[in-house]
Amino acid sequence: MTRYLASRFAGMVIVMLIVAALVFFITRLAPGDPAAVMLGEQATAADIAQLRASYGLDKPLPLQFVYWLGELSRGNLGQSIFLQRPVTQALLERAEPTFFLTLFSLGLAALIGVPCGIAAAVWRGKAIDQAFSGFAMLGASIPSFWFGLILMQIFAVSLGWFPVAGYGDPGVPLSDRLHHLILPSIVLGVVNSALILRFTRASMLDVLGEDHIRTARAKGVSEARVVLHHALRNALIPVITVLGLTFALLIGGAIVTETVFGLPGIGNLVVSAVLRRDYPVIQGALLVIAGLYVLINLLIDLLYLAIDPRVRY
Amino acid sequence: MANAGAASAGRPRGPAAIIVRKLFGRRVVLVGAAILVVVALAALLAPWITPYDPMKLRILDRLQSPRASHWFGTDELGRDVFSRVVYGARYSLMIGALVVLVSMFCGVLLGLAAGFFRRLDGPIMRVVDAMMSFPDILLAIALVAVLGASMANVVIALAIVYTPRVARVVRASTLVVRELLYIEAARALGVSTWRILFVHILNNIASPILVQATFIFAYAVLAEAGLSFLGVGVPPEIPTWGTMIASAQPFAHQAIWLVLFPGVAIVLSALSLQMVGDGFRDLLDPKLRKAL
Repeated sequence: MTRYLASRFAGMVIVMLIVAALVFFITRLAPGDPAAVMLGEQATAADIAQLRASYGLDKPLPLQFVYWLGELSRGNLGQSIFLQRPVTQALLERAEPTFFLTLFSLGLAALIGVPCGIAAAVWRGKAIDQAFSGFAMLGASIPSFWFGLILMQIFAVSLGWFPVAGYGDPGVPLSDRLHHLILPSIVLGVVNSALILRFTRASMLDVLGEDHIRTARAKGVSEARVVLHHALRNALIPVITVLGLTFALLIGGAIVTETVFGLPGIGNLVVSAVLRRDYPVIQGALLVIAGLYVLINLLIDLLYLAIDPRVRY
Repeated sequence: MANAGAASAGRPRGPAAIIVRKLFGRRVVLVGAAILVVVALAALLAPWITPYDPMKLRILDRLQSPRASHWFGTDELGRDVFSRVVYGARYSLMIGALVVLVSMFCGVLLGLAAGFFRRLDGPIMRVVDAMMSFPDILLAIALVAVLGASMANVVIALAIVYTPRVARVVRASTLVVRELLYIEAARALGVSTWRILFVHILNNIASPILVQATFIFAYAVLAEAGLSFLGVGVPPEIPTWGTMIASAQPFAHQAIWLVLFPGVAIVLSALSLQMVGDGFRDLLDPKLRKAL
């Protein structure tokens, strides 16, 4: 067990080092001098030289990478060029809307995906299965930004049930701010429920075909108990993996959805950074999000250990 | 008896023909393929089937709702939305197809190398794992940010994003096929490694690669639209479905059709590709094949 944990942790560190290297070298792919790009066309040669020196850009690339890794190990993601503050601070300031948006969307996606997946598996081949499977396929084919715009027009602009955009003034109570997240969460939750639905259906179908289910039925156990007690408990274990996967999808989806609804979250920060070529912010956001994804995958593996008695490392 | 024999003689019997017949025997695949053919034909025949020049401005006709003269209405500059949606299919599908080609080429090479050469497996798959730690759209945005917004760079960025997915599938299939007896026999006969890789293995893992290709095509169409919508994709003057929705956003409250029709085109294209891909995957899955 300890050996497994140590090897998983070592694997995670290696992947994170490769992620860091990818992030570093991707941002160095930009054509031209990064300092000149950051400062714009009006910059003088002296300004560019000063910025290059202050960011260590005048040093050889491998040395820059080592220096950057050293700063990362101290929790320093660099300084945003345009926001004039540390990237870590900028990310933390924008974390609240993204955190709640991701949380609500994941909850909604699970609330839709798991029951619909169970129903589709139980009534396999029937109209309900075809309807839910069709919904899942449609959900995976809808661009979240387009769905967001359509829902915004109907429920915010025409009916006025929800705020059109934004996250409320900074001083307003949390409940008011969360009210702004209902529509974006519905958009992300519905679109991403497709994957959970498909996975739950497939997992339930696997379990429903197993011997212990046949035995339970032969013993006269009611169908509801067979499905909800005997099958669901086993089927939900692999569904946990897909919840982790959905988390990654939600972060990607949040980038676009936050832009549609004007939410001041991390996604919006990344898009603004890209449009302004604020490389330290792009680097920091990429690294933090990829790190979260790797960490969540590790936690899911460990969760398996806790909930599935068959899994022993 | 003679009739039965004649009927069976008329039917194709090869494995590929059987797969195609089974595949298109499924209603969902048939519908998906039909939608795909219509969209692809519209893209190919755009100059002949569109009633207006998609770029021509008619300010006096701006923001007209759908009507007989303009089936999908007109945009904020008086351009015919139907013509633009049809021309948009050209760009959106072309970007999707190019992303599939490039990511398939790179992913197949990497996956074959990782699956066949044990020493390369670890390093290649660690990089693949690391690349798959980034949400697709985030990595694509970052790549376009550094490469610059252009159609070619969107293709490169999305190909980089989807190459690891292909590599994973190809590696997994290669690992299985590598151990089969006929590969051992080919080795014993002195067949070169390249021939084993690109003829004997590749031929036998073509099906999962094709399934992956249809899904990546769908994802690429969606991702391109997302990038263009965010303003970090194809330049706005090129009428892809994503740029059309992006430029329509300020007018959405008074002219919802500007957002609606390009979006429906995206959904139909992605949906049809997923329908075909799903049908193909189900057919190849031995557990599901029995049920078909």
